Amino acid sequence: MLPPFGGNRMKAIEAIDITKVYPNGVVANKNVNISVEQGEVHAIVGENGAGKTTLMKIFFGIEKPTSGEIKVFGKRVHINSPREAIALGIGMVHQHFMLVPSFSAAENIMLGIEPRKRFFSVDFKKMESIIGDYAKRLNFQIPLWEKVLDLPVGVKQRIEILKALVRGAKILILDEPSSVLTPQEVNDLFEVLKRLVQNDLTVIFITHKLNEVKQIANRITVMRNAQVVGTYENKDVTETDIVELMIGRKFEYDIKREPKEPGEILLIVKNLNYFREDGAHILKNISFSLRAGEILAIAGLEGNGQKELVEILTGLREKATGQILLNGDDIMGSHPWEIRRAGVSHIPEDRVEVGCALDLSIAENLISDRFHLNPFSTRLVYKKKHVIEFAKKMIKEFDVRAKSSTTMVRMLSGGNMQKVVVAREMTNSAKIVIANQPTHGIDVASSEFIRKKLMQIRNEGKAVLLISTDLQEVLQISDRILVLYKGEIVAHLRNENITETDLGYYMLGVKRQSEEQIKESVNL
Amino acid sequence: MKRTLLLLEFTRFVITVGIALLIGYIFLLFIADEPTEAFKLFLTGPMTTQRRFFEFLNNAVPLMMTGLALSIVFQSKVFNIGAEGQLFFGAFGAMIFALKAPQIPWLHLVITLVGAALFGSLWAFVPAILKAKWKASELVSSLMMNYISYFLVLFLVNNYFRDKTAGALVSYRFPQSAWLSTLSRYRLNSGLFVAVALSVLVGWLLYRTKWGYQIRVVGANKKFGYYSGIKTINVIFWVQILSGAIAGLAGGIELTAMYRRFVWQSLPGYGFDGIIVAILARNNPFLVIPSALFIAYLRIGANIMGRTTGIAPEIVVVLQSIMILLITAEALLGRFKQKAVAKEAMKSE
Amino acid sequence: MSDFLNPQFWYSVIRVSTPLFFGVIAALLSSITGTINIGIEGMMLMSAFWGTIVGSLAQNPWVGLLAGIVSSTIMAVILAYFHLKLKTDLVIGGVALNLLSSGLTVFMLYAITGDKGSSASLKSFIIPRVDLPLLKDIPFIGKVLSGHNALTYIAIVSVFLINYLVKKTPLGIRMRSVGQNPDAAVSVGISVTKMKFLSLILSGIFAGFGGAFLSMGYVSWFARDMTSGRGFISIAAQALGGSSALFGAFGALLFGIAEATGITLQSLRIPSEITNMLPFILTIVVLIIYARSRIRSHSRIQEQ
Repeated sequence: MLPPFGGNRMKAIEAIDITKVYPNGVVANKNVNISVEQGEVHAIVGENGAGKTTLMKIFFGIEKPTSGEIKVFGKRVHINSPREAIALGIGMVHQHFMLVPSFSAAENIMLGIEPRKRFFSVDFKKMESIIGDYAKRLNFQIPLWEKVLDLPVGVKQRIEILKALVRGAKILILDEPSSVLTPQEVNDLFEVLKRLVQNDLTVIFITHKLNEVKQIANRITVMRNAQVVGTYENKDVTETDIVELMIGRKFEYDIKREPKEPGEILLIVKNLNYFREDGAHILKNISFSLRAGEILAIAGLEGNGQKELVEILTGLREKATGQILLNGDDIMGSHPWEIRRAGVSHIPEDRVEVGCALDLSIAENLISDRFHLNPFSTRLVYKKKHVIEFAKKMIKEFDVRAKSSTTMVRMLSGGNMQKVVVAREMTNSAKIVIANQPTHGIDVASSEFIRKKLMQIRNEGKAVLLISTDLQEVLQISDRILVLYKGEIVAHLRNENITETDLGYYMLGVKRQSEEQIKESVNL
Repeated sequence: MKRTLLLLEFTRFVITVGIALLIGYIFLLFIADEPTEAFKLFLTGPMTTQRRFFEFLNNAVPLMMTGLALSIVFQSKVFNIGAEGQLFFGAFGAMIFALKAPQIPWLHLVITLVGAALFGSLWAFVPAILKAKWKASELVSSLMMNYISYFLVLFLVNNYFRDKTAGALVSYRFPQSAWLSTLSRYRLNSGLFVAVALSVLVGWLLYRTKWGYQIRVVGANKKFGYYSGIKTINVIFWVQILSGAIAGLAGGIELTAMYRRFVWQSLPGYGFDGIIVAILARNNPFLVIPSALFIAYLRIGANIMGRTTGIAPEIVVVLQSIMILLITAEALLGRFKQKAVAKEAMKSE
Repeated sequence: MSDFLNPQFWYSVIRVSTPLFFGVIAALLSSITGTINIGIEGMMLMSAFWGTIVGSLAQNPWVGLLAGIVSSTIMAVILAYFHLKLKTDLVIGGVALNLLSSGLTVFMLYAITGDKGSSASLKSFIIPRVDLPLLKDIPFIGKVLSGHNALTYIAIVSVFLINYLVKKTPLGIRMRSVGQNPDAAVSVGISVTKMKFLSLILSGIFAGFGGAFLSMGYVSWFARDMTSGRGFISIAAQALGGSSALFGAFGALLFGIAEATGITLQSLRIPSEITNMLPFILTIVVLIIYARSRIRSHSRIQEQ
């Protein structure tokens, strides 16, 4: 019998005193020590920005540590590239899949290790047989010759796992593997992981979903603020313990949603339909109303049409049909500048690509929607002094941790960057704020701050449309909830005595309200 | 922190110029009979006589303006490098108005120069509209426009405006009312004052007006600008038109002040030299002034060296391109920058 | 009109298309990894220059060809090093190399021959012509296809070889993966830097062939800026062909037809300035067609 985990087992991979500082100055890992043993499922948990993903990137050779060392199977190594990591038997399944969309599944799996035949051309037959062997062992059904682009996420994830295995991975790192899956798919994935561990593989599993950790992990390492808090046997800790270790204090919600009589209807969406470029019917007959002084949440798993819906509402996507009525005017198809002027503000999902200009100062980022207005500009002149003054006020009010108002946004951490975006979008004259995943990927303190702010503007009489995949957040602050499943609204609920599980059934398409119930979302 | 970064920028500039000059010297070692003598001429030539000094100042005029034209398109991350063709076409426009417009003192000159700017922006209009309408690559289309400008203007000048009494292939001489005056015995181009004033004006436009703000936002992140409600397509279009006008004006000033007729049978190259001027200035219109002076100094130095030693002054183009490569090499000194940032980050932890 | 039925015309189409075939290959090989080589123009010019000079020094055109290719490859290495290692912007780097070639060739030409315009004073050696046995006896087709410069045949064969390389071989697949999703390539241990380096160098080699043809086949001397936009025209032609070398070659032929038509028109006393503009106007038209035919995303923000 093998010794228990945490004993004298063979160490698969160890991090010793790893520190990582990114070029923009963010300290992602600080003296991190971790040791993963052969044959275990080792979960690494921590809130967003705690440094989990960075550590994994160091293991996989994507990032180099600023200091510290790595040992693989007891041997000290320098992993300079994924190629070297793969050679050492490390495989990684990334949160965002690393697949070439126009290539077939087989081409993706064998990319870089293609078998060849004469004239240097690729031997596709041999490819099929190699992959077939592995697929059979794991009981995977994969359409090998279909373009990856068209495959569902669950299959893509299996392709990623196969990719690692055919390269001889002995240590498999999975970064937030369940975030894109439905609960059924998560169960399937766990079956696969169990099979892998039985075959003497080691699995490192990164997540922030604690029920999953308890379900699958042998040992759990908790990270907080770029540091390791500790490693624990699964049986020794409860979910609450882990949460408290993760955030470093007693866990309690201190956001109170006070009952509030909502005001007039500000926005009506009627029969919104959208077909994507490739003909896919992404949004089906979306209709709802939004009132002043309420937070209306749109819940659903990622990829059920939320992104497209937000882009259409804010003028960032064209070619949808139906009506978007704002004070009686139809703004469908209008451009962002028209929609903004009509009073719609937008916190985008992607703060780096869309929400900020990284190389401009905080001050310049804060006025991008009102630079032409008093007091920032006269008819001609741009008044820098007033911009700076305003920025100083915002930095204080929104608790942005920065040196000065002229610091480049690039230098900020994710949470502070998001606060800059939120500060801009909440302080303009818009009556409607569309917040798409406003707390996605940022630390708990910033998240709570932003949720409080959302609650505050709701109380002040603004209307908030909150798009979120985080059910806790949805239940915490919203007044009403729409559930989006495969481009359709399948439920309209008032946030009274409902649980995550209730929402889950709708999100998975298992349950669905009657047409009359859903229609209530329009005729308030 | 800011000071460290500024110091690094300066070091980068010094290293760049140093390496470029070193490479130039190595070339001279192989080519010249007396390399050190030639190199000395190259470095000090423009300062040796008053005439040469004014030659250097005059050379800076078109460079400053094309540098300015390019710095504003680069500022908005548009690669319209058609300044050469715009300058050529602008010069052609100046010739038309100089020869055909009524000869009213002052007004004639103004019309001529405005005409040059107009023709320049007309030439920039093609890549600009193609970009705005269909997102066609402005880089390739603006380069093609350079060639078209060259052939078209030559065809028109040589066939319809050629002064047959002149010994060379040149246009008719401009009437005096269309002359931009030159100062002092050595004919200092008074366009220098126009160029400096324009640089300051464009600098003010870029950093102190709401249009400038939009240009900078679009250059920093176009998606962000669009999302914020800026009409990015308009910004990108008008920036190119403005750039074309400045380049065209450069051509007009050069002809009305220096030659007083259309004299070019090949592209003068100012548009391409403008690239290094803009890049050295980091696309900052204020810095375009010293940057253009610096490049003009090198050019005239090379010319003087060429006249005295028989070495082709085109060597300076080689040095310029090396400087472009080095100055835009972000990773050069990147390690020092990274260190400075990391130090700063650990301090504030 | 009768000119288009004349085998001479089609012969000259192929002749003037030859540098563009090489150019298209150079553009394709660089763009499939997502690093479009703006410096093709300058690399061609460099090769044209060193080809003639070394060829005439060695009294052997093949040595000249080799020298030309080496020079353009060195340029590609410089571009790759600056872009990939020192993070110079790819477009600016390419533009800088074009300027560098333009300046350096004139500078060296003057230093070597004492003439700034052309190398006419040097005795030049050109790559020989090849008659294709059997084919040359077929009427019309024989006159069109046979008797070309050896480099023309190398160009045509290269088009097919490169097409095969890109579509069917592991290397081609890896290069395309780098262009389409570099993260995917990295995740399986393909070095993006290495692939891009390789693709730029291959691009430089083929640009070198194209340049050498200009000064050692198309004409028998070097003239300043003699590439006159062919590098950029190649980039436009390649855009038409997408990721296929064959379609790219058809694009090149289109430009060849325009150029050959221009030459024909000159014999009809249409001024050369006008006919010289044709390929450049065509390039712009092609750009428009290409840009318009591109499938646009509905997402306005992604289109930015």
